[in-house]
Amino acid sequence: MKKIIVLVAMFALIISACSKEESNNPGSSQKSGGSGDKAVELEFYFPVAVGGPITTIIDNLAKDFEKENENITIKPIYGGSYQDTVTKVMTAVQGNNAPDIAVLLSTDLYSLLSMDALEDLTPRFTPEYFNGFYDAFMGNTKSGDTVWSIPFQRSTIVLYYNKDAFKEAGLDPEKAPTNWTEMREYAKALTTKDAGGNVSQWGIEIPSTGYQYWMLQALALQGGDNIMSTDGKQVSFNQPHVEEGLQMYMDLGQTDKVMPEGIIEWATVPSDFISGKTAMMYHTTGNLTKVKNEAAFDFGVAFLPANKQYGSPTGGGNLYVFKDIPEENKQAAAKFIEFLTQPERVAQWSMETGYVGTTKAAYETDVLKTYVEEFPQAKIARDQLEYAHSELSTYQNGQVTKLFNDNIQAALQGDMTAKEALEKSQTQADEILKSFK
Amino acid sequence: MNNIINRVIISIIGLIFLVPLVWTVVTSFTPSVEVITRANPFSIKNPTFFNYISAWDTIPFMRYYFNTIIIVVGILAVQLFTVTLAAYAFARLNFIGQGFIFILFLVQIMIPPDILIFPNYAIMKELGLIDSKLAIMLPYWASAFGVFLLRQTFKQIPMELDDATKVDGCRWYQTLWHVYLPSAKPTFVAFGLISVSTHWSNFMWPLVVTNSVESRPLTVGIAIFAQSFETGAQWGTVTAATVLVITPLLAAFFLFQRQFVESFMHSGIK
Amino acid sequence: MTNRSLSLKGKINWKENIFAYALLFPSLIFLVMFTFYPIIKSIYSSFLSSSFKNATFVGFDQYKHVFQDEVFYKVLTNNMLLAIGTVPVSIFFAIYFAIWVNNKTKGTGLLRAAFFYPTLIPMIAIANIWLFIYTPDFGLLDKFLSVFGINGANWLGSSTWVMFSMIVMLIWKEAGFFMLFYLAGLQNLPGEVYEAAKIEGARPFRIFRTITFPLLMPTTLFVMVIATTNAFKMVDHLYIMTKGGPNNASNLLLFHIYETAFSFWDMGKASVLTVILLVILLSISIFNYAYLDKRIHY
Repeated sequence: MKKIIVLVAMFALIISACSKEESNNPGSSQKSGGSGDKAVELEFYFPVAVGGPITTIIDNLAKDFEKENENITIKPIYGGSYQDTVTKVMTAVQGNNAPDIAVLLSTDLYSLLSMDALEDLTPRFTPEYFNGFYDAFMGNTKSGDTVWSIPFQRSTIVLYYNKDAFKEAGLDPEKAPTNWTEMREYAKALTTKDAGGNVSQWGIEIPSTGYQYWMLQALALQGGDNIMSTDGKQVSFNQPHVEEGLQMYMDLGQTDKVMPEGIIEWATVPSDFISGKTAMMYHTTGNLTKVKNEAAFDFGVAFLPANKQYGSPTGGGNLYVFKDIPEENKQAAAKFIEFLTQPERVAQWSMETGYVGTTKAAYETDVLKTYVEEFPQAKIARDQLEYAHSELSTYQNGQVTKLFNDNIQAALQGDMTAKEALEKSQTQADEILKSFK
Repeated sequence: MNNIINRVIISIIGLIFLVPLVWTVVTSFTPSVEVITRANPFSIKNPTFFNYISAWDTIPFMRYYFNTIIIVVGILAVQLFTVTLAAYAFARLNFIGQGFIFILFLVQIMIPPDILIFPNYAIMKELGLIDSKLAIMLPYWASAFGVFLLRQTFKQIPMELDDATKVDGCRWYQTLWHVYLPSAKPTFVAFGLISVSTHWSNFMWPLVVTNSVESRPLTVGIAIFAQSFETGAQWGTVTAATVLVITPLLAAFFLFQRQFVESFMHSGIK
Repeated sequence: MTNRSLSLKGKINWKENIFAYALLFPSLIFLVMFTFYPIIKSIYSSFLSSSFKNATFVGFDQYKHVFQDEVFYKVLTNNMLLAIGTVPVSIFFAIYFAIWVNNKTKGTGLLRAAFFYPTLIPMIAIANIWLFIYTPDFGLLDKFLSVFGINGANWLGSSTWVMFSMIVMLIWKEAGFFMLFYLAGLQNLPGEVYEAAKIEGARPFRIFRTITFPLLMPTTLFVMVIATTNAFKMVDHLYIMTKGGPNNASNLLLFHIYETAFSFWDMGKASVLTVILLVILLSISIFNYAYLDKRIHY
């Protein structure tokens, strides 16, 4: 018992000694310029399950950074899915225990802003730095002109198609459909039935769980406009270009019969494509590596077919820095972000994960140039960025997305017309966003 | 005749009940490409351990097993203590407000802590216990179910035995130890098994209160794992991970099946 | 009560009282902290509208909102459907299983195990397995149906089928658990009555209807309480399988609370929903104990 008391007393002494040192030091650390000599530890929340290949990449990145900056240590915390990670981050922020940096969905911006959790990044980097990123990715980092996050692992939707199936259907395997009319024709030609009249191969699949708002947003963007304002306070779900998109989305299953009717599970669509159950699919670029590794046939990747124009929303995660952390941590965080977004690292990240490279400079690096030459499918997503726009993101994003998702599903199941579903979404969203105006 | 027909029907239902388990085990040895393309869902052309290796490499299983065991044992140990004392009080003592206290306990049966995830989360936040194994255990340290179960058993123990030990000069805890605990053994076993399997399986509450690998139990670990594929379902690895989670429970059950069912039947649960 | 307690009636034994409360104390403290305090806390915060930083008193405003919310009604209906769909059927199976595995014939042990093992598997694991069973085309169920040339439905992806699919899965999980209670109940039935009935030549089904079933009534009551509570408590599978979709067709009250609290961060609404869930559960139990209990003769 005595030993324990002595131990506790010693600890108390050490701790108080440490805190004294800290309170004496700020002057000196200021002098040495920013994150000078003082050791800084950065908590880095990352949305991936522990132990996978991605964690190894992150661990290595952290190690390389620590080598260059001896006084900074990076402590990655792997939170699971995006949803789980943001929940953890929000909990931590509320408990006054904010992490330093986190990769979270770009669409979490307004939820984090309404908690007053974020550090304004505009003054921490030069305008040239921001210009280095593709505009389509910068969209979701900003509210108005203020930059709150930095693009990191970003994706977008592309069309995957089975070249072998194209040949069998008498279509040119090097020519993907470029507009809606062609797409519907091709899909019809690609839908095959067995002797019993059951469909053995679908023409196309557009998933409709989890991310149906994202898919519909793509279709709406092809009609000429986005579905929300840039300040997160206004949505335009009930506009004609959205209705046209939803109607097409519904028609594929309900009238054209070239897509399974009803709800199509997000996670099974890639399996359907790989196993030849569907000849085309709309899916995230994040799937490129998986399809490349597993498909036994020749496949192509193309822009999403256009209506009035090409269009696709971006998706994926950005780097956020939090407000309630010491200044030296913020500076260290900015340094780490700069490190992560250097062209070679962005290129490496893109090749290893299948995410789209976020900066133009990355595509100028030799490694990515050769990679793209050997695997031209990887370039499509980058080229489509020219027509890409911000993903749906508003205040109360969780609720708005959910109600929109629910109503889209109702329409796809034939419980509502496109117009009804969108009018209802608009009314419900207006009600939620009312208090932010 | 009647007997035979029913015997056949029940055997068929039994087989149907076993199908999901058999299929899961088969699938966990199937290469992921084959899972989608195979025609017969129970056939494997090239059986592989790859799914297990990749599941084991991806999920920190050792850590999660360790956490789950700590949680399950931690809950049970404290429960045995609280439950025994309270059951003894209800079975053998007279006190003012007995009816009222009894109802207080009854409320926990009607409203199990699992329902109270949201307010309890707020309480754990106040206590600064978010993301700890303690937070997962605390709400379950009182078990009204256990108290009622044990009270029933204690009541069946003849009062004379109790009195006899008193005459011998035994203190109440000695009586409890030498008379009540041995006679209530089947009940304790049944309760222990129920408690362990319930908390091994618990998901929503640990999901809500934990943030990190250090405190997460197995269930939360595999759920997060199964949900983390943005790119599509990985049947092989997910089924392999599932098998790894359920094997300890099933193994324990098949080993102790007889004792389990017997103790359950004679524990006075009715 | 025992004779001894009767003899003590009339005078208060303080020592025994203190002793009793001392024994109850460890249980009571956790009961108060994690059952009663949270209940009161939910009621209190259901009147507060709280954003992330501050809370304001809004009276019954949030109740009004919830009662105007169609998702709320949908979720409630689903919960009722689930209870109606699972409770009677799993009780039926449980009794049937219990009667036919209540013997020592060879193979009975295996049958018991077959019925009981789903109970032991965590809901999360079950969801992982059944998600793949229900997957369109590649799933086990559709593969099985295709042998007969039947084109399986989109089990989890259509509002029409999703509840049905969940109910089947839950019956599979629960029937074996309830079977165990009936097995215990059967052990306590008086053998003489059966002998008498057999001598009189009563048919097996008649014996069941007139003797076994009524005598098992207390077990049935107990199982019903557990089963109905479970119908409100078991939501883990939604996290894996559907997240409550499509269009809330499989969403349940407790999962809706989880969503509201931890995805939408609407603390006030989550409290209101929690209070409603508490009221529902209390009413069910009170109805069961007060009304049904009186009608069953032990």
